[in-house]
Amino acid sequence: MSELDFDVVWRTWPYVLGGLQYTVQLTVVATLGGLVLGTLLAMVRLSSNPLWSAIAAGYVNFMRAVPLLLVIFWFYFLMPVILQWATGAERPPAIGAQNSAYITFVLFEAAFFCEIMRAGIQSIARGQPQAAMALGMTYSQTMRFVVLPQALRNMLPVLLTQTIILFQDVSLVSLLNVTDFVGAAGKIAQRDSRVVEMYLFVALIYFLMCTGLSRTVRVLQARLAIPR
Amino acid sequence: MNPEIFFELAVDGEAPWWRMLADGLQFTLGVAGWAWLIAMGLGSVVGTVRTLPQRWLVLCGDAWVELFRNIPLIVQFFVWYFVLPGLFLPVKVWVTALDPTQHQFITAILCLGLFTSARIAEQVKAGLLALPKEQHLAALALGLTTWQSYRYVRLPMAFRLIIAPLTSDTMSLIKNTSVAYSIGLTELFFRTREMGELTFRYFEAFAAATVVYILISLLANRAMAFVEARVRVPGYIGTSR
Repeated sequence: MSELDFDVVWRTWPYVLGGLQYTVQLTVVATLGGLVLGTLLAMVRLSSNPLWSAIAAGYVNFMRAVPLLLVIFWFYFLMPVILQWATGAERPPAIGAQNSAYITFVLFEAAFFCEIMRAGIQSIARGQPQAAMALGMTYSQTMRFVVLPQALRNMLPVLLTQTIILFQDVSLVSLLNVTDFVGAAGKIAQRDSRVVEMYLFVALIYFLMCTGLSRTVRVLQARLAIPR
Repeated sequence: MNPEIFFELAVDGEAPWWRMLADGLQFTLGVAGWAWLIAMGLGSVVGTVRTLPQRWLVLCGDAWVELFRNIPLIVQFFVWYFVLPGLFLPVKVWVTALDPTQHQFITAILCLGLFTSARIAEQVKAGLLALPKEQHLAALALGLTTWQSYRYVRLPMAFRLIIAPLTSDTMSLIKNTSVAYSIGLTELFFRTREMGELTFRYFEAFAAATVVYILISLLANRAMAFVEARVRVPGYIGTSR
């Protein structure tokens, strides 16, 4: 075993913390944006219009079939071109990998959240909304008081688990030279030749955070379960 | 979009670009295939162990799954590739004796194999727990040992139950091979980026890679569906479809 020097972690802590902050920020934005867009997608996918439903299904299936790394690079190349076309600017705007990652992850996560939403809504037995309507409830009352409260309870643990997966997946942006948690640690590791220490440290922090989060989800899941 | 670029020679002048991408694809499939075998083998053992009555065995199995599920894949790649040789001298000696490509290839297989084994273990455990307890008791009553009950009764049933989630894990594994790009393995994604960078034909390169990844995923999906149909137990699982 060669001599290890974990002092580098304490010396560079503020810089790496900045990276972690970006990672958390990206996770939160992608989760919220993905939830909104995913819900819309799920509604389109469950709608009775076959054309729109097929388009939504195609989008979801495409996002799920292609490696995330490929999606990240696609958006990184295409985003300036699309923005130029949309705004009619003379030159493609320089938005940078750091910002394009926000849009990438919102669009990517939307596909996954859409599937979770769809499963959640479909998990409610069809007889229930029919019974609610027979009792004289309107469509929105049926959704608000009968379907959604149960669907959300069924979905929440899966949604949170997906968010933990997202939190880990975000680390792939470091390959676009973005200074996220992994990117920041990697830059220090190269600069100070402390690769072993920095990557062990990153692995440990991720492990502690993700283990803590998944424990919390499990407790929540037990509490929220619908008694049968 | 100009497909002629694929027939132009790559910068080193030895082969056309389609050939470079095909070479990358070989690594992608090689890593996916070997890692799949490791993941299925280890995942089955760990998943089975987690359903045994011995408490300490269950804890070991749980720890295995937690370890590989709670660290991002790219960080696991860096740990295997940089940290292990840096931490243990014998590993470093062995690794430096290897050809760099060999080192990357073996690292990718081990890393993805163990990463995926944690997911397979979850599915195997879920499959075993979904079986009625009476089945195991009946096997024991017939004089089978616990090992025989698992070998001849429970595992054959459990695996049939979990083919659908195993399919999705297999497709994730194929997609995840692209992360081996981070340690410099010249797999499909690495070659795609290289082609984009050296020819400035990003669109063509990435479109080709996207189509190939989708095709492999579809093939893997069809293969698993074929297996599912072949091993179906009449009157039991999935026959209602």
